[in-house]
Amino acid sequence: MIEAHDLSKRYGEKVAVDHLSFSVQPGKVTGFLGPNGAGKSTTMRLILGLDRPDTGTATIGGHAYRDLAEPLRMVGALLEARAVHTGRSAYNHLLSLAQSQGLPRKRVDEVIDLVGLQAVARKRAGGFSLGMGQRLGIAAALLGDPKVLVLDEPVNGLDPEAILWIRNLLKRLASDGRTVFVSSHLMNEMAVTADHLIVIGRGRLIADCATDEFIERSSHKSVLVKTPDADRLAQLAISDGGAVASRDGDTLTLQDLDAPRVGHLAAVNGIELHELTPQLASLEAAFMELTRESQEFGQHGGSELPAPPPVSEETHA
Amino acid sequence: MSTTTTADPMATATMMSPLHFRRLLASEWTKLRSVRSTMWSVLMLVVVTLGFTVLVTTLTMSQWDKADAKDQAQIVADPVSFILGAGFQLGQLTVCVLGVLYIASEYSTGAIRATLLAVPKRTSMLAAKCVVFAATIFVVGEIVAFVAFFTGAAIVHKHAPVSLSDPGVLRAVIGAGLYLAVLGLFALAIGALVRHTAGGITGVIGFVLVLAPLAQLLPGSAGKHVHAYLPSEAGHLIGQATKGSDDLLSPWQGFGVFCLWTAVLLGVAAWLLNRRDA
Repeated sequence: MIEAHDLSKRYGEKVAVDHLSFSVQPGKVTGFLGPNGAGKSTTMRLILGLDRPDTGTATIGGHAYRDLAEPLRMVGALLEARAVHTGRSAYNHLLSLAQSQGLPRKRVDEVIDLVGLQAVARKRAGGFSLGMGQRLGIAAALLGDPKVLVLDEPVNGLDPEAILWIRNLLKRLASDGRTVFVSSHLMNEMAVTADHLIVIGRGRLIADCATDEFIERSSHKSVLVKTPDADRLAQLAISDGGAVASRDGDTLTLQDLDAPRVGHLAAVNGIELHELTPQLASLEAAFMELTRESQEFGQHGGSELPAPPPVSEETHA
Repeated sequence: MSTTTTADPMATATMMSPLHFRRLLASEWTKLRSVRSTMWSVLMLVVVTLGFTVLVTTLTMSQWDKADAKDQAQIVADPVSFILGAGFQLGQLTVCVLGVLYIASEYSTGAIRATLLAVPKRTSMLAAKCVVFAATIFVVGEIVAFVAFFTGAAIVHKHAPVSLSDPGVLRAVIGAGLYLAVLGLFALAIGALVRHTAGGITGVIGFVLVLAPLAQLLPGSAGKHVHAYLPSEAGHLIGQATKGSDDLLSPWQGFGVFCLWTAVLLGVAAWLLNRRDA
């Protein structure tokens, strides 16, 4: 089990993690979701003892990472940034890690087979593709057969086949009773992989709940309506507390009103409808909206221009 | 799970047990031997040191009659210092480079993160690196020192005969290997402080090659004292059979000063390693 309590981390002026508390339970896949720059990687680095928190503590199974004598037997981690010497072969990289934990050489061969790197294991890791590098990182994470896995964007750069493989691997590891903590900035990926979600934005906790519940809660309903009298219906909808999300000729997408309400408004006012369709906003859109709100809350005063899509700020390491 | 030991992964002792430390040594040795820069640096150490030993001693002997009397007297008084100085002056630079690379390349490639995930007790990790690196350089350094000495002694035999049984000579030859080992640690400490390969190498070479002549430019006895206590200047005195008439420090005193420099730098490196984010 992983527990974060009141974690904060600041790099210079930038607050990366802001008084974050949560716990990650064994036996299920917990998704750690947030846009790029939300503080996911930093939080993981704090949990793994690579960076020191400014406030708060993080423990794994009740111990701070730095107190673990053979951490790889307890925790397997995949970091977003590469963590392999480019001049060293995959085999020797894994061998040096195995030796530091007192694991036998045989285990190195086992994880190489497990991730399918047999053909290139003796080649220098510097020549690896992104996908091969991810596989090597996963091999390192699984080396000590750990009870806890902390994986930062594990599907990054993988082809669809490999993504499916990782997904199934994570589910299997969780069903063994392990603690699996996986970060991603892709809502759709997490929706199919994670049982539980911890969502952060700007270093703060936005949601900590079951994936199903999160999807239910964050999917804004909208209604697609086609009418020759679009102007009038739009006005009526707005005065009834709705909002016009988009308009394309005589097609409107209305928000914050359900389909029966829109139909009622049209009937009462004698507006002719050609189509009236309830729509579930895409998960990805819902997630973006949710985290955008968190970003607005995070801005303290000042009249800022609308922010462009955030760029990745997680490469500071 | 295929494990061989029963060590408790949850153990929270602050001190690392000897068993765990031996595992770190095995791990660090794998890391050191499995990158090409190590092989190249060791090869360069051997080739450059022996090559220049032969070159400088042969040239000096062939020009013996044209050399001025003071130089001749210096060589005859302490032939082992001349022989070792001929090759190690340049050969030592490969140890400087390798010492920095051994740790700083972990930072430049990101491998330090894998290292610290496996060994969060950072001081132990640094200690294991030091032991493995110093031992490796010591073994290679001693072999090179003895080969250089016997080769050089044969070449200078006619004008400046010297044997291992002469006073201080054996200590000087063994001392050359010791000096390289400590120089390796000195470079490793700078690499750990700077965490950047190019910057670290520049820093060490600056210490070893640039600072000494600059210190000599300082006026009066201040310059002489600063110069004498510079790390590599003090350290290489161990490669002399006797204390030179101009030297402020004896061979062992000089080596002690060098060890002190290295220990202080390693101490600072360990302190920062534990404080800094990786």
